[in-house]
Amino acid sequence: MEYVISVLLSGISVGGQYALIAIGYTLVYGILRLINFAHGDVFMVAGLMGIYLTSALPITVSLPLVILLTVLLGFTIERAAYKPLRNAPRMSVMISAIGVSYLLQNTATYVTGGQPMTYPTIPFLSDTVNVAGTQTKWVVIITPFLVLALVLGLTQLIHHTKVGMAMRAVSKDFETSRLMGIQVNSVISVTFIIGSALAAVGSILFFTNYPAITPMAGAMPGLKAFVAAVFGGIGSIPGAVLGAFIIGICETIIKGLPSAWDVSVFSDAFTFALLIIILVFKPQGLFGEAATDKV
Amino acid sequence: MGEEVLQISDLQVSYGGIEAVRGISLTVRAGEIVTLIGANGAGKSSTLRTVSGLVKPKGGKVVFEGEDITGKDSTYIVSKGLMMVPEGRRIFPNLTVLENLKIGAYLRKDELEKDIEMVYGYFPRLKERSWQEGGTLSGGEQQMLAVGRALMGRPKLLMMDEPSLGLAPIVVQGIFEIIRQIHEAGTTVLLIEQNANMALHVADRAYVIENGKISMEGTGRELLEDEKVRAAYLGSVE
Repeated sequence: MEYVISVLLSGISVGGQYALIAIGYTLVYGILRLINFAHGDVFMVAGLMGIYLTSALPITVSLPLVILLTVLLGFTIERAAYKPLRNAPRMSVMISAIGVSYLLQNTATYVTGGQPMTYPTIPFLSDTVNVAGTQTKWVVIITPFLVLALVLGLTQLIHHTKVGMAMRAVSKDFETSRLMGIQVNSVISVTFIIGSALAAVGSILFFTNYPAITPMAGAMPGLKAFVAAVFGGIGSIPGAVLGAFIIGICETIIKGLPSAWDVSVFSDAFTFALLIIILVFKPQGLFGEAATDKV
Repeated sequence: MGEEVLQISDLQVSYGGIEAVRGISLTVRAGEIVTLIGANGAGKSSTLRTVSGLVKPKGGKVVFEGEDITGKDSTYIVSKGLMMVPEGRRIFPNLTVLENLKIGAYLRKDELEKDIEMVYGYFPRLKERSWQEGGTLSGGEQQMLAVGRALMGRPKLLMMDEPSLGLAPIVVQGIFEIIRQIHEAGTTVLLIEQNANMALHVADRAYVIENGKISMEGTGRELLEDEKVRAAYLGSVE
């Protein structure tokens, strides 16, 4: 029983961390119809910044700084690599995103020398706590609550503020948004800022749990988060969050099956198989809109 | 007649080598309804899209209330009081009716409530559907919403691109009635129409555009009675 609880707890926690990354994918897709391949690597860079900054500055300064710098990175990537291609075919922007992804990975290799770096122990988050007889870290308990709070805040922003209304308008129609006086480029920047900030928070939680960071450390969580976003119906925030929790829980359950069955090595394959099955029956994902291309 | 609100001189617009507008000059004075009529592809929409800042012109000049706004971005142009009702209505289908109206006043904060009531006064149907998403409205209601949305920007000049397109005749009459009311309330209107008969009846002055150039101009009545206009744009309409 304790074992089941601990598997579920860590599944929910990993799912929550995927969710924070998945929101970034889904927001950007919703507004630009772009799969931002660099997003997972932004997450990785946030992790590395966490390592370097906490070694030089107190936690209370370094962690907010990590979020701030990640936001700046996301903003700069959009302005430098995507904005100049605003009127180009979508495929070109996607290639630009792949380029940025490799640029970030290679830069990380250059800076770290390619060696795995160890994420610092963050007081409180890394402390152990006893839940229903199982030992676990506080981060595992906190993640789902923090994710829910952030998602609630984000949905409030999108549905009850002026900038949120502009985001929804721009996601449907750039040109008419301009006719309302909306600065479309600023609204797009806002979505990158929100996505990057959430990825930075996600990196703090995720790497506290899995402390080894290599230049490739963003690839797999990024891919899983992307899958979660597609699974939930890309463009939909509740979809991305639910998808992320489902994927996180499934993968930890498979990893936690009795070792005699010898299936844990297939956890990623099973996760993707599940995705394929769901998409066969629900091609738009859980909350996706019927596919309409922007005209 | 009032002073000149909009002055377009020798405007040229081209898309990838294709010249859509080839030297159009026209004037709209305060308090007028001016209409541009012409066939599909004559350059009417391109003219309006250039004035509103969506398209950069190749040459020529657009002056709004004495200020050169040629090639300025649309946020600036909207902030000056130039609103457009785009072709095909283009309401935001994922926003509620009320939000669609609010977004028309995106660049200002004051007195939104008063203007929303004003729009609901013109279009009681929209008030009933205030909380519905724009995409659930019928074509005619969407056109009302598009007009209402533009009014929310308190336009000094309201530009309308084919407001009657694809609507039932009875709905078109309603839309033109509203245009008349808006005009009486003091708004200057620049109207593009393929429905030349309706447009010329409501307009103070009109321009005929052919192949990117102005081929004729006059008062609405003059053009209604012109033989060539009757043959080309009014067909069998009496």
